[in-house]
Amino acid sequence: MSEIFSKVKNEIAAVLDKYPNGRSAVMDVLRIAQEANGGHLTKEALGEIAALLDMRPVEVNAAAAFYTMYRIQKPAGRHHIWVCRNISCSLLGAEHIIAYLERALRIKTGETTADDKFTLSTAECLGSCGTAPMMQIDDDYYENLTESKIDEILAEKGLK
Amino acid sequence: MEKALLKNYGNAETHKIDVYIAGGGYVALASAMKMQSDQIIQLVKDSGLRGRGGAGFPTGLKWSFIPKDPTIPKFLCCNADEGEPGTFKDRGIIDFDPHLLIEGMIIASFAFGASKSYIYIRGEFAFGAKRLETAIKEAYQKGFLGKNILGSGFAHDMYVHRGFGAYICGEETALLESIEGWRAQPRKKPPFPALSGLYGKPTVINNVETLSCIPAIISRGAKWFSSIGPEKSPGPKIFGVSGHVKKPGLYELPMGTTIRELIFDHCGGMSSDRPLKAVIPGGVSAPMLNANDLDTKLDFDSLASKGSMLGSGAVIVMDSSTCMVKTAYIINRFFSHESCGKCTPCRDGTPWLTKVLKRLEHGEGRIGDVELLERLCSNIFGRTFCPLGDGAVMALRGFIKNFREEFQYHVDNKKCKAA
Repeated sequence: MSEIFSKVKNEIAAVLDKYPNGRSAVMDVLRIAQEANGGHLTKEALGEIAALLDMRPVEVNAAAAFYTMYRIQKPAGRHHIWVCRNISCSLLGAEHIIAYLERALRIKTGETTADDKFTLSTAECLGSCGTAPMMQIDDDYYENLTESKIDEILAEKGLK
Repeated sequence: MEKALLKNYGNAETHKIDVYIAGGGYVALASAMKMQSDQIIQLVKDSGLRGRGGAGFPTGLKWSFIPKDPTIPKFLCCNADEGEPGTFKDRGIIDFDPHLLIEGMIIASFAFGASKSYIYIRGEFAFGAKRLETAIKEAYQKGFLGKNILGSGFAHDMYVHRGFGAYICGEETALLESIEGWRAQPRKKPPFPALSGLYGKPTVINNVETLSCIPAIISRGAKWFSSIGPEKSPGPKIFGVSGHVKKPGLYELPMGTTIRELIFDHCGGMSSDRPLKAVIPGGVSAPMLNANDLDTKLDFDSLASKGSMLGSGAVIVMDSSTCMVKTAYIINRFFSHESCGKCTPCRDGTPWLTKVLKRLEHGEGRIGDVELLERLCSNIFGRTFCPLGDGAVMALRGFIKNFREEFQYHVDNKKCKAA
């Protein structure tokens, strides 16, 4: 992990500059570390972040465990799919979208494909309710989903 | 009504500072900086602007609570942790008009003397966070941020703080805890953030849409703003409509527009031949209304008098095919998922509600379950640390009040009446 930290040294220095103390940068540093490590955080990384920010390891752990987008220990696929399933998406067929994705990816929600390419998760409202149903893949939103649109998106992301 | 908040919505260029300036941007900032700070606060008070995040607290009054002592550092936090299901209005401003928000934030900061501001944006809005970071950089380059802004001697720095998946961060003191790097659990109030907020210093927390109203109030005046909509709840308002309507999306309309006008005049009516069954007028915490309530005006006081609330202005429309038990279950699942774990009634109560709703939905309801839900609601409501638990209860009570027979039908027949 140290190698990863040296790779994002400048990015980390920039976020430390935003705040009067290191602790406030913990969310940014966790995010940067997670992105640099291919989508998840290792125990070692959490320890290094604690040392870097002058926090106790348990505090860094607590911060990481509190938010749903940090992924601790458990490696994710190269693309992380989050399907919104709360009210507005549900009214327009989110359940159907989830079932369709499970069939297309041949996994259940919460699982990662055998080739480590995709992880499928559900989310409780991603704030895109006027363009429901929708999903997020990595940083990007895909809205007004239909089956054929999903086929196109997955093909573009490399589903075989 | 000429748009003030969504005038650039959908425009592929207006996020760039030169395009924003060419459209009259940052003129309000220059005017504001020629005013006395008290004058600006008075202007915002006179406009009647009330917070667009949900609580509807008068914005000018909030600013006036900040101590005047110039030696005390002060902060502005913009709440862009848009997460109330059904709500997607702030994203509309952030993605297409980030400078409108930034300009409003600089004016606000100048008015009550904040030297630093943070925009707390939910983690999923990666696109918006990048938009804001780029826009802030541009504003520094033009001299709208940094030292000696527009030669006034006023200095201000602005930063983006990204959340990472926790609805509770929209609660203002949880938001502060999150910026400080702690678990985002709400603080005890008092002290209120105006006296002891971020890092223990006086802090104002305002919603994106609230701050985005400020440039227009400076340019067009308090009278312009207060003349739109009801006297006590004035101004332009963004309504985010989702669900079973023909044209879901964002609509900037006068406060006090009726639900009927919004759905049938602006959103093209229902998406199918099925009639309207229920409307949630302000995000899922707001108690639902039914088909008899369509002439209710969408503003803070009119909805409060109907026992509901304007909340975030997220209007969720449901037609007759909607199962109320299932929808209540989905909404409640959200609240129990997002309960921060700090206080027992919410931490233990919301999952219990979800468990009961889930078995009702799955045809495993027991005799007395509707009454059990009501009892649980009474044991949560008013007994929690922050409004999250209350929100869960207000939502569920709205469902049971309007569609009790549907819940009972699930108990008695182990299946749904609507579907």
